[in-house]
Amino acid sequence: MNINGSDLIKACSAIGAGLAVIAGIGPGVGQGIAAGHGASAVGRNPGASGKIMSTMLLGQAVAETTGLYGLLVAMLLLFVQPLS
Amino acid sequence: MNQAILLSSSDQNLDFMVHGLTKFKLFGQTIYITTTHVCVFIVFMVLLIFSIVAHVKLKKAEDVPTGFQNVVEFIVELLNSMVVGSMGRWAPKFVNYISTIFIFILFSNISGLLGLRPPTADYGTTFALGIMTFILIHYNQFKHQSGKQIWTDMCSPLPPWLPIWFPINLISEIAVPISLSLRLFANILSGTVMMALVYGLLTAVAKVWPAALHVYFDLFSGAIQTYVFCMLTMTYIAQACESEE
Repeated sequence: MNINGSDLIKACSAIGAGLAVIAGIGPGVGQGIAAGHGASAVGRNPGASGKIMSTMLLGQAVAETTGLYGLLVAMLLLFVQPLS
Repeated sequence: MNQAILLSSSDQNLDFMVHGLTKFKLFGQTIYITTTHVCVFIVFMVLLIFSIVAHVKLKKAEDVPTGFQNVVEFIVELLNSMVVGSMGRWAPKFVNYISTIFIFILFSNISGLLGLRPPTADYGTTFALGIMTFILIHYNQFKHQSGKQIWTDMCSPLPPWLPIWFPINLISEIAVPISLSLRLFANILSGTVMMALVYGLLTAVAKVWPAALHVYFDLFSGAIQTYVFCMLTMTYIAQACESEE
C-alpha cells in the first residue's frame, strides 16, 4: 500500500476535523446549565416564563458560538482542504 | 473538492456547495453570479410581492380587520413589541431596520424548505449583515456620546490617561460583527450540510424522516438564529445610544 504526501495530508485533515468538533463539549455543558437555571427560574416565578425563555435562548445561542467555531474549522479541513 | 473522504457510497446527491452559474469580467476581476445571488433574488422578489400586496390591501383598510389585513397587522404588532421590549425609547428610530432584517433573515433561513440553498449559508450574506450592524453601532455611538466618553470607555478598566487596555478593547469591538455573522452562518451551514449528508446517505429507501430534520434545522434553528441576530443587534445599538450624563 503506497501512501504519498497528499494522501497523508488528507487523512490527517480528517483526524484534525474529528478533533476540532470536540469543541462541542463546552457549549453542551453551558447550554445545559443555562436550561437548568431557566427551568428553576420558571419554577420559582411561573408568571415571567416568557421573558425567562427569551433570555435563556439568547444566552444559549451566544454560548453556542464557540462550538460553531470548532465546526467551522472541521468544515474547512474537510471540504476546503487548505493544507493540501 | 474531495467529498469522497466523507461518503464513498453515494456521490449523486451530496451537494451543498455554492456554485457559480455565470461569470463576467469587471475591472480585470472575474465576478461570479452564484446560487446565492439567485436565492437572494428569489427571497427578495417574494418579499417585494408580499409588500406590494399588503400596501394595496391596506390602502382600503377597515376598522375591523379581516383575512389578509389580520395577518399583516399581526406581523407588524409582533415585530413592534419585540423591538420596543428590548430597545425602549430608541425603538421608533430602529423598528423599520430591525423588522426588515428580521423578515429577510427568516425567509432566507426557511428557504431551505423549498429546496433552495439558504442565502445565509454563504458567508458573504451574513458578513454584509454584520457590517451593517457594526456601522450602525458606531454611527450611533459617535452621535450620542462625546469623544471623551468614548475614549474613557475604550480604556475601560484603567483610567483614561493610561491606554494600555485600548488595543484589547479595540479587538473586542472588531470581533462583534465577525462573531455575529459567523454565528448565523455556521448555524445555517451546519443545517444545510447535515441535510445534504442525510439525503446522500439514504438513496431511495426512506424519504420521509428527513421531514422531521427539516423542521428542526430549517424552521426551529432558523427562527432561533434570526431572533438571536436581531436581539443582539438591538442590544448593541441600544447600548451605543445610551449616553451617561
